[in-house]
Amino acid sequence: MPLIQIENLARRYVMGSETVHALRGVSLSIERGEYLAIMGPSGSGKSTLMNLLGCLDTPSEGVYQLNGKNVAKMGDNELADIRNREIGFVFQSFNLLARSDALHNVELPLIYAGLPPKERRERARTALVNVGLGERLHHRPNELSGGQRQRVAIARALVNRPSIILADEPTGNLDSKTGVEILGLFEELSRRGNTIIVVTHEEDVAQHARRVIRIRDGLIAADEINRDQRAVTGGAAAAAGGFAPPIIA
Amino acid sequence: MTMTRSREILEMIRMAFTAVRSHVLRSSLTILGVFVGVFSIIAVMTGIRVLQNNLETAMSGLGANTFQFQRFPAISFDDGDFEKYRRRKRFFVADMKRLREKATFAQAISANSQFGVGEASSRYGRTNPNIPGMAITSEGFSTQNWTVGDGRAFSETDDDSGRRVCILGADLADKLFPRGSPVGETVKFQGVPYNVIGVLVRRGSLFGQSRDNFIAVPLGTALRLYGQNLSLAIQVQAADRATYNEVMEQARGAMRALRRVEPGEDDDFEVVSNESAVGQFRSLTSAIRLGAAAISSIALIAAGIGIMNIMLVSVTERTREIGIRRAIGARKRSVMIQFVAEAVLLSEVGGVLGVIVGILFGNLLCFLVSAPPVIPLDWAGIGLGICSAVGIVFGTYPAWKAANLDPIDSLRYE
Repeated sequence: MPLIQIENLARRYVMGSETVHALRGVSLSIERGEYLAIMGPSGSGKSTLMNLLGCLDTPSEGVYQLNGKNVAKMGDNELADIRNREIGFVFQSFNLLARSDALHNVELPLIYAGLPPKERRERARTALVNVGLGERLHHRPNELSGGQRQRVAIARALVNRPSIILADEPTGNLDSKTGVEILGLFEELSRRGNTIIVVTHEEDVAQHARRVIRIRDGLIAADEINRDQRAVTGGAAAAAGGFAPPIIA
Repeated sequence: MTMTRSREILEMIRMAFTAVRSHVLRSSLTILGVFVGVFSIIAVMTGIRVLQNNLETAMSGLGANTFQFQRFPAISFDDGDFEKYRRRKRFFVADMKRLREKATFAQAISANSQFGVGEASSRYGRTNPNIPGMAITSEGFSTQNWTVGDGRAFSETDDDSGRRVCILGADLADKLFPRGSPVGETVKFQGVPYNVIGVLVRRGSLFGQSRDNFIAVPLGTALRLYGQNLSLAIQVQAADRATYNEVMEQARGAMRALRRVEPGEDDDFEVVSNESAVGQFRSLTSAIRLGAAAISSIALIAAGIGIMNIMLVSVTERTREIGIRRAIGARKRSVMIQFVAEAVLLSEVGGVLGVIVGILFGNLLCFLVSAPPVIPLDWAGIGLGICSAVGIVFGTYPAWKAANLDPIDSLRYE
């Protein structure tokens, strides 16, 4: 059974007297362990698809099976729990809590999962060490570089051992060198069996994924295997960021 | 599950602390409002309790199971009624004697009178001419709770034969006889020499006034010196609590008959007991209590509005934070709890400070009336309870607003 099974997913927004068809019926199947890029120009519906995949939004029509559960029909609390357990978000603008240090930021999903403090802290620390920030546990976001912030965000996304990592323009706010570092980290995570979905409008970023889905006008325009998948080799990543290969369950 | 929930709530409270601390000035100003509201009620209630405790000690001026007939009420702030009380018939020694015949249930009936104010002197010194002279019957020691520390009390013979003997309050004794016992010595009061036969045990002060600075002589003696028309107060003592009401009924009926009060008319005298005095104090202070409650309610409502205002600002400022929390799995309820906890925390910090400072301030009265300080735990509890209520009532709407923000929009909020 695929990890994600989408059938005829549609999302309409009513804006005043007009109805906007952001997504017009998308069917898609994603297997566990895939490294997938969703591409499309702005207004194509890729953000809507991402919000639906991330359970931040519910479809107007269609079926969304995540891990065998139909997420489309779920209520608010169940969706919150699914987001907590199954999905790890990585955002373009990092979206860390400015007043909290790295450790607390990474702990946050575990708080909502109801883990006891000691276990929480231990897992958050491990997650930060795994993205190479073992020395930065008590730094606040404004004391970290862009790349480091994004790594904190990735540690936060991973700490609950989610089924999917959903990254929305993860390199959009980074310089190209740091962007490559982050992509290298995704590669590493993918190699270790994580399912990664990257939403981007940058061809360069998409080329790192094994499969590329192109969205146009609310429909899938292309769904192809990336034959010449680009790789940031372990060596290059190490040279760029100097982080140890992450070990993530 | 319960474990998880309570842990979650604990976590939310911790987050609330962080949030409150991160805006020190803003939080302090909000807290100040609550502080004023709680402070005003706690300070007033503490002050009233100090006075009340003091009064209760003072009222042990009457002995156990004793009440007193007198013309004026124990406490009156209303000058308009003064004329009415002043026109009442006085109590004379004849009234006491007739009451003794009629009020047969009573264990003891005594009378006292302040027959004059003047200078007291001994061979060691003299006082200012402001020493009250009290006249009492021998039963008065029991009905007024007087204990003789040194020497003896008046006997019936002292009273009947009008002996020139006296008993001194402890302060007066110290003043007139700085060294050694006054018993056996002579004291002159208003020019009349008396033989000192006893000194009373110290009773302390009431509302800042010493209750040990007086001289007492037998009533019979005072009557001979100053005439039979001394105005008295009459004390009636019951043997125990059980017979108290019967004794009161009988004595009161007898007193009405003596003074020819028509059936259906109000008493033309006051019946004062320790309990009635305290009760009267309560009813007189109820206006003050009510005023304090009104002021603090208004202050707390204003403070609550302040809390709501600051929380609404905070929700808007932290829209993105709310989006992040929702995205990583916070339920609406968790967000709601977090913001309500913040509002309650703001309110409670003000409340705790208000309680502490209010109790300290209310106890300043202790110095004025030289009474022991009180800590009104019940009012402290009520104050803190109200603070929680204020936090919850005024924090709920902002929290609800926070919880119901759309996570997608919130994440994009700049």
